[in-house]
Amino acid sequence: MSDRGSGGIRLGEREAVISGVGQSEIGRRIYRDPLGLTIDATLAAVEHAGLKLSDIDGISTYPGNINQPPGFSGVGVVELQDALRLDLNWFCGGMELPGQLGAVANAIAAVSTGLANHVLCFRTVWEASAQGDKGRASVTMGGGGDAFRAHGFLQWTLPFGAPSAAIWIAMMANLHFHKYGTTREQLAWIALNSRRNAEVNPNAIYRQPMTHAEYMDVRMISDPLCLYDCDIPADGSTAILVSRADSSDDLAREPVQVQAVGTALRGRPSWDQFDDLTTMALRDAAAMMWERTDLNPSDVHIAELYDGFSFIALSWLEALGFCGEGEGGAFIEGAERISRESCGVPGSVALNTHGGQLSAGRLHGFGFMHEACTQLWGEAGERQCLQGDGSLPEVAVAAAGGGPLASTFLLTSG
Amino acid sequence: MSDSEAAAEGDTTLDTADLPFRVMPAVTVDNEHFWTGGEHGELRILRCQACGYWIHPPAPICPQCLGKDVVPEATSGRATVLTWTINRQPWYPDLDPPYVVAIVELPEQSGLRLTTNIVELDPEDIDFGLEVRVTFLEYPDSGGSVWLPMFSPVNHV
Ligand SMILES: [Zn+2]
Repeated sequence: MSDRGSGGIRLGEREAVISGVGQSEIGRRIYRDPLGLTIDATLAAVEHAGLKLSDIDGISTYPGNINQPPGFSGVGVVELQDALRLDLNWFCGGMELPGQLGAVANAIAAVSTGLANHVLCFRTVWEASAQGDKGRASVTMGGGGDAFRAHGFLQWTLPFGAPSAAIWIAMMANLHFHKYGTTREQLAWIALNSRRNAEVNPNAIYRQPMTHAEYMDVRMISDPLCLYDCDIPADGSTAILVSRADSSDDLAREPVQVQAVGTALRGRPSWDQFDDLTTMALRDAAAMMWERTDLNPSDVHIAELYDGFSFIALSWLEALGFCGEGEGGAFIEGAERISRESCGVPGSVALNTHGGQLSAGRLHGFGFMHEACTQLWGEAGERQCLQGDGSLPEVAVAAAGGGPLASTFLLTSG
Repeated sequence: MSDSEAAAEGDTTLDTADLPFRVMPAVTVDNEHFWTGGEHGELRILRCQACGYWIHPPAPICPQCLGKDVVPEATSGRATVLTWTINRQPWYPDLDPPYVVAIVELPEQSGLRLTTNIVELDPEDIDFGLEVRVTFLEYPDSGGSVWLPMFSPVNHV
């Protein structure tokens, strides 16, 4: 019997749990086959959950097997299904989803409707290897030659030398700075907090300490965003195992409960036409999530929020109600309210406890779900957050996406 | 004389010699008015003939009244800078930073916006609320020229 929220809406997500997570080797330019990375993550997640490979009857992935830009994917449902000879009842892979974790939202929907019992969700990237030693400019959209023509949204930006979300997000950040008085000095704390957390994450890519002065002095990419506001291309695969809450299979640990999901697409789904360019579609995804639960932002101990660019994490903090609209700059200043030590402290939330994509590496959305579950299970090692009384965190948000696409998940320990 | 006529007379036309590489849009029947209006000095946007609502990016229906009689019309070519960035990262060969990327809003309708470049000013002089007007940059392409609508300050900055 599923829970019902206000107005009688059926909260089908409560029939889904997260039963295990797994990751491959993660690094810069490890030059490994993306299918091999995906298999490693898959086997790790299945073992972590205490399941057998034959229990997996669903696969969900983002963005499917596409070969552009280089390193962005390279593995789809069928490659993984075939390599492991899985028998599937349900599968889904694609890009037109509410953010990268939309693949997990799909899996939750599949198990909640009974189309599958255990759905293996994965995201694999090998962008660091793909870019080799030439850096990001080597994979600039449309930079490959004269034959490329921009379609869809890209036609409105590429001809104007704006091929990167760095530029699109910079314009949103700049408007936020202009409207609310937010500063680079404040925004720095997203990156600095992530680096401090990465120092104690053995799987993070950049672990050496970073100072505020180093942030302020690094080269600018697109004002007001500097190099340290941009995430780090990485190689690696993350797998998240979504299971039916009433599955009779024995699990290795108490699964993480899915309390509420937000996947809304409202207003104009566009980087430049959205009604309020100081925020993004994540505003509406967050609003939807809170409409589906009696919990409140003040109940959340851990927030793992997409930081492909630092400003997106700030925007998620505001959208999720951890601070007021326009107050994100003041909220993060000094990082006291977002540090690992702030877990369970009223008015605070521990942010991106693994180092986020800014320091741990761009695993593209799935890293946040992995870390939220790892923290709730108390399996985060040296970076494990504890409440003031020494107890484990009990409520976490994992959210991914920026610009026109976003989804967010409210998770609780079992 | 309208602004668009002024633009057509060439007083703000940019030098098209030695153009750096830019990605060209795929010109189709749906967006041709936008990308080629500059040949006539006009920034053309689809407009609902029933209720007057401007529609961008182009769509074959008016989101306000669901009217399907939507036709390209010339705008004033004026705009205001809603937000901007100075891009300092080289993305394409010869398209040298720094340059200004901005989202401008047209006075014809609240929320009617374009992403564009602000040209003919020192990038460091860009600011919110700057009044600008369209100036077209013609790029020869295999299927015929494309006219990229860029914007320059109305008043000397
Ligand atoms: Zn109409």
